[in-house]
Amino acid sequence: MDDYVSESDSDYTSYWRDWFISSRGNEYFCEIDEDYLTDRFNLTGLNTEVQYYQYALDLVTDVFDLDCDDEMRETIEKSARHLYGLVHARYIVTTRGLAKMLEKYKKADFGKCPRVMCHSHPLLPMGLSDVPSSKPVKLYCARCEDIYNPKSSRHAAIDGAYFGTSFHNIIFQVYPALIPAKSAERYVPRVYGFKVHAAAALVRWQNNKRDDMRRRLRKMEVESGFKDGEDSIEGDDDDDLDEDEGLALGEYSVAQPAGEAGTIA
Amino acid sequence: MSTSSGVPESWISSFCSLLGHEYFAEVSEEFIEDDFNLTGLQTQVAMYKEALEMILDVEPEDDDDDEDEDEEEDEDVSGDARDGLGGRTHGERRHHSRIASDLSVIESSAEMLYGLIHQRFICSRAGIQIMSEKYEMGHFGVCPRTNCNQTRTLPVGLSDIPGEDTVKLFCPSCLDVYVPPNSRFQTVDGAFFGRTFGALFLMTFPEYDLSKSAGESVTNLTRASTTGDGNEMLNGMYARNLAPGLGPNKIYEPRIYGFRVSEMARSGPRMKWLRDKPADITVLDEARRAAENAQSDDDDDDDESMNMNGHPGHPSARRLRQQRRNQNGSPMAVEANGAESEL
Repeated sequence: MDDYVSESDSDYTSYWRDWFISSRGNEYFCEIDEDYLTDRFNLTGLNTEVQYYQYALDLVTDVFDLDCDDEMRETIEKSARHLYGLVHARYIVTTRGLAKMLEKYKKADFGKCPRVMCHSHPLLPMGLSDVPSSKPVKLYCARCEDIYNPKSSRHAAIDGAYFGTSFHNIIFQVYPALIPAKSAERYVPRVYGFKVHAAAALVRWQNNKRDDMRRRLRKMEVESGFKDGEDSIEGDDDDDLDEDEGLALGEYSVAQPAGEAGTIA
Repeated sequence: MSTSSGVPESWISSFCSLLGHEYFAEVSEEFIEDDFNLTGLQTQVAMYKEALEMILDVEPEDDDDDEDEDEEEDEDVSGDARDGLGGRTHGERRHHSRIASDLSVIESSAEMLYGLIHQRFICSRAGIQIMSEKYEMGHFGVCPRTNCNQTRTLPVGLSDIPGEDTVKLFCPSCLDVYVPPNSRFQTVDGAFFGRTFGALFLMTFPEYDLSKSAGESVTNLTRASTTGDGNEMLNGMYARNLAPGLGPNKIYEPRIYGFRVSEMARSGPRMKWLRDKPADITVLDEARRAAENAQSDDDDDDDESMNMNGHPGHPSARRLRQQRRNQNGSPMAVEANGAESEL
């Protein structure tokens, strides 16, 4: 019995990356290939960023065999996590890395968009800066194209540089089929069914901006990505009509009634 | 358990202290006891009478006589209103006393009834006051959107009809609605808060500084800034409070290796309008603009509409305000003038 436990224990700790990505709070990370980590080219410049770089790298690649006290071990452990994060930012924009993150995205490992009109669209992790230790990780929703704070404080403490500012945009360039259909569906504040003037004026202005953009794109023959009928942009009054009908039926209003959310391929 | 006066915790306060019921305000008994406030709820809630008794902690044993009286009254006044279900449940109750299964039905009816009363209560003067205290204490959480910078949110429903959708959080900073972060709120019916409360709250308390995050204490606009900057009124609210989380610097700009992603790219930005706001928000004063357009038929009109679409801010706010003073064709413009003359 003792043997069994120690064996599984050593097994467990021998794969540092396995342990790292499966530990609580690290759900956003994918596993970096051994090949990628051992290619020095991929680590260019990181030796100045990470303390005890060589030991940290040894730990990440499971060849660490330095005899040291717990304090030193803890420091190296911390460096190893930092190193892993920085390599992670580079790895996830490679072909293999993108594929791994795509799998996690499909499983909604990064959470779902809190915005009601996004209908729980899966999120992607992103950084607001590529410089380490400057901004914590945020979550990007491709449907509303906005960024949100992670729900859990464990995730909110992760460095945004471990994901970078580019990854979530690159993944949609590499997998254009993943781009969700955009929707004009939105919330309109109401009091006893009547729209509130100030908010309604802003909504009208924003809808004008949207329709201008869609006309602009159509002129350039670029697909706008809106799934609602392309012709609806001609009549600006259509929106209002739809809303009023919605009101009469006692529903909350949507600017343009839209079908179901685009699911990931 | 019992306080010095010997009164145990009321049903209302125990309901409001349940896990997941943190958004609820305690409805005052006076409000519930006023029949006018309950108009029409009889037909929406099964076992209405028992549920109401439970909410008000009226002992069912004691008031058998009262109940009969009430029933007779009801039959006299509106016999047809008490049809089908209501009548049957009362008939049953007369024959056998309340049993355990009955209690659980009444309990769920009471929760439904309380929720529906709550929807009305929080739009009343007393109720919205209680909700404002809860808002100040940050009981309703914060907006998850990064650019809203932890603005306090308000609980709202997307429907006034129970059973359709759960409670959502309305962010006054981006005028959007979000799913509460904790799953325990996914059992709370949105109709218990209603569609009206969120917007009505902002109209009732226009002076909260909405740009303040939950970490900071609530301040009132007029007291916070006496400089007059942003204190002008627009469309019936403080211009500063119109979606402070939106606008040119509050829109996420997608970039790859530092380069902005073009709108012409297939994966390019398409949703910026949703988080946009004119740099010069006086262009939203549609009543004034309409009046201006009617007044002058020179080329200025076209320029104006161009400004609205692409390049806001060409006519300076000062000039616009001057023009607004010169005309008072619409009620909105009059209101704006009134607010400005105070400054």
